[in-house]
Amino acid sequence: MHALANPTRFLRFARPATTWLLLIGLALTAVGIVAGLALTPPDYLQGETVRILYIHVPSAWLGMAGWMGIAGGSISQLVWRHPLAAVAGRAVAPAGATFAAICLLTGSIWGRPAWGTWWEWDGRLTSMLVLFFLYLGYIALASSERERGGEGRIAAIYGLVGAINLPIIHFSVLWWRTLHQGSSIGVTGSSIDSSILWPLPLTMIGFTCLFAAAVLMRMRAELADAKVEARTRRLSA
Amino acid sequence: MNPWPFVIAAYGVSVALTLALLLWALASMRRAEAAADALKRR
Repeated sequence: MHALANPTRFLRFARPATTWLLLIGLALTAVGIVAGLALTPPDYLQGETVRILYIHVPSAWLGMAGWMGIAGGSISQLVWRHPLAAVAGRAVAPAGATFAAICLLTGSIWGRPAWGTWWEWDGRLTSMLVLFFLYLGYIALASSERERGGEGRIAAIYGLVGAINLPIIHFSVLWWRTLHQGSSIGVTGSSIDSSILWPLPLTMIGFTCLFAAAVLMRMRAELADAKVEARTRRLSA
Repeated sequence: MNPWPFVIAAYGVSVALTLALLLWALASMRRAEAAADALKRR
């Protein structure tokens, strides 16, 4: 991480990484989606709607991972004053908000045939909705701080405080036993049959690569914008 | 209840939003880097 603190060194890494992440991400996601829609059997209980799993689970993971990235960047900024930490936070937020929105929308669409309702104020659903609003707040705060020429310290503190919501999302299915099912995929194994489960790693890795590519592209845009601003200021001085 | 409209809607929303995010990030990156290059050449 610290090796990439220098923007020039970061750009040397980011330029080829963006292309590779995009290509690998698009390929794996496409294969995973085709496999999930056509090559796996329907679930004995949920039938065909189980196929929503292959997009819902990666989006939930990326919605949460995005905020973990913001929280990590916030620590890096507040403790080590990493020059790219605020840029990374601002780049992660739109991608995280997009995947949190995808998670909420696909969950709602899945909920109608599975539970008979589009929405319920269940612990998991509500805490995920809170995460989406936290992202919107972060985007507004970080961009207004940047416009005022701030270092992004207020957004970094907000990013750290918002991380409290992550364990709430994770443990919500244990703390409040309402509608959303408990964890069916863990570190040690899964309760889902392997004939249904196998495309999931493809979409998990594929969407993660696309998420990382979007973050790198936004970081490159922010760095180029900063360069233009600095040069314009110098020329007009 | 036919499950396929729900499955197709979920995939459609996911693909559309992911592509929108990638295209927006790509366009903003290209625009910003082109502006930085143009200024450097001046």
